[in-house]
Amino acid sequence: MSTAGELLEVSLGPQHPSTHGVFRMNAVLDGETIVKLKPVMGYLHRNHEQIGEGITYIGSFPFTDRLDYFSAMSNNFGLAIAIEKLGGITASERGEYLRIIMAELTRLVNHTAVTGFLLNDMGAFGTPLLYAFREREKILDLFEAASGSRMMCNYVRPGGVRQDVPEDWLKQAKEIVDHYPHFLDEFEKLLTENEIIRQRAQNVGVLSKELAVNASITGPMLRASGVDYDIRKVDGYSLYPRFSFRVPLGSVGDVYDRYYIRILEMRQSVKILQQALKDIPEGPAISPKGAAMGKAPRTFRPAKNEAYGRIEAPKGELGFYLVSDGSPQPYRYHVRAPSFVNLTVLEDLCIGHKVADAIIILGSIDIVLGEVDR
Amino acid sequence: MSLPSLETLFVKPAILLRDLFPESARPWVSIGIAIGAIAAVAPLIMMYLTWIERKLIARMQNRFGPTRVGVYGLLQPMADGLKMLIKEDIAPQGADRLLHAMAPILAVAPAILLFAVLPFGRYLIAADLNVGLLYFFAISSISAYAIFMGGWASRSKFSILGAMRGVAQVISYEVPGVLSAVVVIMIAGTMSTVGIVEAQAQRWFIATPWGFVAGIIFFLSGVAEVNRTPFDMPEAESELVAGFHTEYSGMKFALWYMAEFLEAFAVCAFAVTFFLGGWQGPAVPFWVLTVLGSALIATARKLSLPVRVVATALLLAAGLVWIKEPIPSWMWFLAKTYALVFVLVWLRGTFPRLRVDQLMGLAWKFLLPMALINILAAGLWWFWRDSFIGWFLSAAILALSYWLLILANHPARRFEAALSSRG
Amino acid sequence: MAFIGAGVLRGMGVTFRTFLETYPWGRVLLRGLRQPAVEGLVTIEYPDVKQKHAERFRYFPFLVYDGTPDNLRCVSCKICEQECPPQCIYITGPAKDEQGRPQKANGRTFPVEFKIDVSICMSCRICVDVCPFDAIEMDNQYELSSSERFGSLILNKQELLKPNEYFQRIKPTEASEVDARLAAKRPKPQPVFPPKAP
Repeated sequence: MSTAGELLEVSLGPQHPSTHGVFRMNAVLDGETIVKLKPVMGYLHRNHEQIGEGITYIGSFPFTDRLDYFSAMSNNFGLAIAIEKLGGITASERGEYLRIIMAELTRLVNHTAVTGFLLNDMGAFGTPLLYAFREREKILDLFEAASGSRMMCNYVRPGGVRQDVPEDWLKQAKEIVDHYPHFLDEFEKLLTENEIIRQRAQNVGVLSKELAVNASITGPMLRASGVDYDIRKVDGYSLYPRFSFRVPLGSVGDVYDRYYIRILEMRQSVKILQQALKDIPEGPAISPKGAAMGKAPRTFRPAKNEAYGRIEAPKGELGFYLVSDGSPQPYRYHVRAPSFVNLTVLEDLCIGHKVADAIIILGSIDIVLGEVDR
Repeated sequence: MSLPSLETLFVKPAILLRDLFPESARPWVSIGIAIGAIAAVAPLIMMYLTWIERKLIARMQNRFGPTRVGVYGLLQPMADGLKMLIKEDIAPQGADRLLHAMAPILAVAPAILLFAVLPFGRYLIAADLNVGLLYFFAISSISAYAIFMGGWASRSKFSILGAMRGVAQVISYEVPGVLSAVVVIMIAGTMSTVGIVEAQAQRWFIATPWGFVAGIIFFLSGVAEVNRTPFDMPEAESELVAGFHTEYSGMKFALWYMAEFLEAFAVCAFAVTFFLGGWQGPAVPFWVLTVLGSALIATARKLSLPVRVVATALLLAAGLVWIKEPIPSWMWFLAKTYALVFVLVWLRGTFPRLRVDQLMGLAWKFLLPMALINILAAGLWWFWRDSFIGWFLSAAILALSYWLLILANHPARRFEAALSSRG
Repeated sequence: MAFIGAGVLRGMGVTFRTFLETYPWGRVLLRGLRQPAVEGLVTIEYPDVKQKHAERFRYFPFLVYDGTPDNLRCVSCKICEQECPPQCIYITGPAKDEQGRPQKANGRTFPVEFKIDVSICMSCRICVDVCPFDAIEMDNQYELSSSERFGSLILNKQELLKPNEYFQRIKPTEASEVDARLAAKRPKPQPVFPPKAP
């Protein structure tokens, strides 16, 4: 019997420490090298879209919190923009500022956490992850003070935000935001030039520009491959054109670039936050139309129409597609989940690499199973 | 009867005990005492190593670590042990039950055997073998068998992958490990652990160019041999669930842990013996230590007041009783060993792990040539040992070869430019 | 590039700093070295120490009453039941007498039974937003764990009823806003002599 070329089929998941939830990779190994890899999704399917078609537009907001549970505020924001387009609602200026502040804080939360998780996937004993969580907690405290909940915020509404932030909140936020670059410096000192991390991450899972565009990858993953596409710049939704920030781009498109892009994006987010916290005007946090809608969700009956609202969520393009038939519930409610679309190239990235690389490639894609499976 | 001196605190009672027996039985009795002492101390060392590791790593991560069981979580190891004991012992279907049960035992036995040649203090050694150094390498490499046996017998894909990694790693790292210790034999002129420690009376080996390099190589390959981060390939929890011990539970799992921690301790202890002067240390008066210790205890907020008072008083009394004596050799040895354990934990708290091929690359492409060149450097140093030339030559050769080796196999050069341009 | 291993050593420096920051003497040492040192231990040891939550912290809803428990604000209009996204509110009512006419207490209809299944509730606060009578509010009581699913995790009307003073205590800002709004809505007592037109 010859054992040469005998392949080993390993099922990584659905219960595996590093699949970020109930996700499964059926890998075929030649020694330790991956020859074939099939992602299996759907273990966390929760009928999100179907539920959304059965309840009012406002009623979907708490469910969007649970899509990508790391960035509830951004998810709310995306749906709010779609509903505003559908119903012709405009947001109050303070509301827009608050939404941008929340969305950028969410980006900080998400990117620190995902960097921590990526390092955990590389085998660090939780240290970067816990540093990330230490800082994340501070921002979650801010979310709690504003919305009443740390993760399931349900805060952003069409027309603005549900409640104005409490007194002192902006001052606390400013303190935390101003401290954030120091934390990032420390974090980078721990990680960026670490030779082990470079060895592990550089040239691993290279995503070419062409493949990234063809597979409609979005978010930091696309920009790490060097494609200049940021919906904040492209669409200029909300008040983003008012702020000055840069879109960092990677050159290689490997795991290391995807890590480093996130660090650079956080620095840009801090810049946006500082501007927003400085310029935020007084006034109502929500426009009258939005407030009326929040008070009585069933009175909101948009005319027969369709709308697609999208934002640059921390993970990529988060889009909500709504079709109205004139009733209080949407006729069709669809979510374009960035995690799900970004995950489709997993096999292309992994083939030819080792098992250990597959894990960190998955980690660098930054998925949340709540969003992948919906 | 007067109190024994600190130096012979443990030896005296052992001798008294031995002398209770007739002349002819005494050699056997002293062997029995040594075995008994090691068998009693080893599990204790292992249990508190887990506690120390958890505490230290927790502190590096802004956490408390175990605090719930006992003061400062001091009873946590006992609770863990108890938990392990009462857990269900599962062998997977289709596993080779005999080998599955034997593997953890085979892993623990050599780990305990290693303690036989460890000179804990000036008179504290179980067996002063004249091949102590070889004994260490011979015994510690048995763990490769245990790992493969455990991984294979589990009949699990993750286990077998972990086991294959483990074998490859342990065997590869043995080579630079042994070669780095060759210089110790060359300079000390003996393989006995006691002899090696005594050869460092003038200067610890770590304080020479070749000793420094050899010490680092020895420590790194030791870390790799006991499968700890950043070289914990066989376990690799984020990839292989738990590697070769994925399918173990209950007491068998605890045995794997025990083997790992004991070997880690042994590696630190042998690194101290070979390079850090073993049990030798400067003659600091003992009372200084007790004063420092009592200050630490007196300010420990979590202890209750009576405990603090009693412990402080006891420590100060001990300082008074042995006021004329320096810190004993066994304390130096333990202090140095635990300092290295701290480094081990520190590495684990900081780094992600390497990849399998990179790990092998490090062993064969970097550590092995360095260890070989180091032998030459040590020879040169010995040849001109009384003059500046030996120091200079060996240091220069080592620095040069370090640079050449880095240049030869540094894979990440092109990223320097990319990184700096990104700002 | 300094030398290979510099990044590794710098990383070890970061962890060692954090290690020192968790000890008082370590912070003293760091300050002695002119390094910034903040309290490193951020853990809150939960059952012994409890986190101080923000005032807006919300958990499960409760029903507000003014004065006595039978004077509850809820009129059993069932808007919250209808709007609750996970459908965790069950209302029976409004209470009716034998003839089938709505019963009234303090001039208002009231629910016979009001149940919230807190194992389904997702604390979204939409019921509070939609309630026209400010009758339902969010509690901040979170220690409700129980070993059985149906007994203690389905809160009935008695368990849900809490006085306005309680609401004032846990959320002073929000409660006074609600009180002001209700006071504005309440019909002014008719003066005995109508004021003369100027």
